[in-house]
Amino acid sequence: MDTFLATPLGHVLFVVAAIFAITVPVLLGVAYLTYFERKVLASIQLRQGPNVVGPFGLLQPIADAVKLLMKETVIPSGANRGLFLFAPMLTFSLALIAWAVIPFGPGLVLADINVGILYLFAISSLGVYGIIIAGWASNSKYAFLGALRSAAQMVSYEVSIGFVIITILLCVGSLNLSRIVEAQTNLWFVVPLFPMFVVFFISALAETNRAPFDLPEGESEIVAGFFVEYSSMAFAMFFLGEYANMILMSAMTTILFLGGWLPPANIAPLTWIPGPVWFALKIALCLFVFVWVRATFPRYRYDQLMRLGWKVFLPLSLVWVVLTAGVLKLLGWLPTGS
Amino acid sequence: MAEVVIGAGETGPGAAIRTHTINFGPQHPAAHGVLRMVLEMDGEVVERADPHIGLLHRGTEKLIEYKTYMQAVPYFDRLDYVSPMCQEHAFALAVEKLLGITPPPRAQYIRVLFAEISRILNHLLNITTFGLDIGAITPVFWGFEERERLMEFHEAASGARLHANYFRPGGVAKDLPPGLTDRIMSWTESFVCFVDDLETLLNENRIWKQRSVDIGVMPLEEALAWGWSGPCLRASGAAWDLRKAQPYDVYAEMDFDIPVGRNGDCYDRYLVRVAEMRESVKIIRQCIERMPDGPVKTQDHKITPPSRAEMKTSMEALIHHFKLYTEGYHVPAGETYTVVEAPKGEFGVYLIADGTNRPYRCKIRAPGFAHLQAMDRLAKGHMLADTVAIIGSLDIVFGEIDR
Repeated sequence: MDTFLATPLGHVLFVVAAIFAITVPVLLGVAYLTYFERKVLASIQLRQGPNVVGPFGLLQPIADAVKLLMKETVIPSGANRGLFLFAPMLTFSLALIAWAVIPFGPGLVLADINVGILYLFAISSLGVYGIIIAGWASNSKYAFLGALRSAAQMVSYEVSIGFVIITILLCVGSLNLSRIVEAQTNLWFVVPLFPMFVVFFISALAETNRAPFDLPEGESEIVAGFFVEYSSMAFAMFFLGEYANMILMSAMTTILFLGGWLPPANIAPLTWIPGPVWFALKIALCLFVFVWVRATFPRYRYDQLMRLGWKVFLPLSLVWVVLTAGVLKLLGWLPTGS
Repeated sequence: MAEVVIGAGETGPGAAIRTHTINFGPQHPAAHGVLRMVLEMDGEVVERADPHIGLLHRGTEKLIEYKTYMQAVPYFDRLDYVSPMCQEHAFALAVEKLLGITPPPRAQYIRVLFAEISRILNHLLNITTFGLDIGAITPVFWGFEERERLMEFHEAASGARLHANYFRPGGVAKDLPPGLTDRIMSWTESFVCFVDDLETLLNENRIWKQRSVDIGVMPLEEALAWGWSGPCLRASGAAWDLRKAQPYDVYAEMDFDIPVGRNGDCYDRYLVRVAEMRESVKIIRQCIERMPDGPVKTQDHKITPPSRAEMKTSMEALIHHFKLYTEGYHVPAGETYTVVEAPKGEFGVYLIADGTNRPYRCKIRAPGFAHLQAMDRLAKGHMLADTVAIIGSLDIVFGEIDR
């Protein structure tokens, strides 16, 4: 077996299998995240949520997917056909390829590259292209406004996310995601870096275009924003991309602040549960907060969102970078090596 | 696709930048019906808002001229379809004034009771959909749960959930079913808790305040000049309420306060409506406590139909019934402008009778029309998202604006 894996063909087959082992659960997770969101929203809003298709409505996501597949892909006559269809594919594939570097457990990672966090950051920054292209190619004013809003929003919040990541890197001394998790064995970063955790989580909401920062979609203002003209699977790909991004940002929050696959405490009954389970549980907790926020808060206005990003989060995260660096240097806690 | 178009042949600094136009509605999720608004935008900032009316015009006023007075009542349900009974109230009062009759006390109490239930129905819809416009999705589901209970009271009294056709000239269509007042009374207790919950969710919410405070400010003088009335006017600071200023039915006996705002912005309009719901609950309780027994419509059977039982034995009753449902009653010549404090503001009926069984003219004054016409004044200089908030806070319903 080992000799077969050492051959080029064996290696390729192994990687393909690993990719499937990651994308299939992620896509299933996305499908059931929509179910989870609808159920949580329903209980907050005193109603039932999906409960007709299958037991407890568990087959609802499947029914939705089939419905979307059967529909006609409408392409507006004024649209740029190529780009119009390219945008959802881009969004969707970017949301999936980011998972290559996520460590699900000790050693359980497809590509254990030493610049993992930079890779994630780069991929999530590219996500804005899908939206801009969609907004421009649709040839609709509502879509274009949505795309402009989205571009401005994602750029503003990435700056703060960048500083949050720098703070983490200062504490870890490595860009490798597995190393970041291992550095939290004794103390999760959410405790010493709590303000950064808050900044990161709110920026994650903005980065994924979720309420209260869902301006690019802005149901009541610009109808559905950048994907107003999309239907059928093209729409579904945006939708899947958005939800895959939510899970991805939750995974990043988990890795950077909540100790990744590590159990809450290093004691017996907790350590029996395998790492990937802890990882999934922590992601689910973050996702619950995503949905909870959506049920509770109204939407920000465009200028208020920009003000929050540039005038509150940016200075705050910058100060914390300097502060953390100073404290680490003074106390001689700076990590060394690699 | 003209976002910011540089003037023909000109580029660079100093070039004339034209605004771009957005067609907001009539199929927009936040347009509250069929509002079509042409917005001239500079980026996201509204330079000019041009509301268009007429997409829901059904010729109500003209249709009423061809109907008997009793047949005209259902048209009033279909004006502002979220507060049907209050509009029937205005028409019933106008016809009663021309006929020179007063409905019996029990009918008056029932009318005030249901007018206030309609007010809560209307304000619940407005507050929660205003929330939805700003992006708060939860209040609307909570509010509709309460609306559902009120709709059941509607149905118990009139047989219809929405288009009640319940307030008739001379009283109400029929008496309340037994036990309904007790159910309404117990509802008033739970409803106060609901309003508390709603206020906890929104009042001090930072994003909610950022989105509504100082948005769409209407100073008092201008509000009066635009012809505003109702909660919108009161939010600008005028304690003007027709239920106090010229009480009709038994409002004079009711003890309630008029909530008044300070700044006339979207937030104040929201607060005034929440406070009005609490006052309405007070009025509902008083109505139920004081409601006397007795007939629910005037006993002149030339105007209101006799009971079915009476018709089995009395020839005269049978004739009355036949005449009422074929020819209707004749209203002596005269004219009146009768107003009620509808949930949205001053709802008026200008009725001219020429002595026949049909009105000669029935002009309807819808409060929403006056509010909508100020849209340009309110939205200018605000952003697109604020325009949505302003529309939500004005409580626009196109059924009454277009008639």
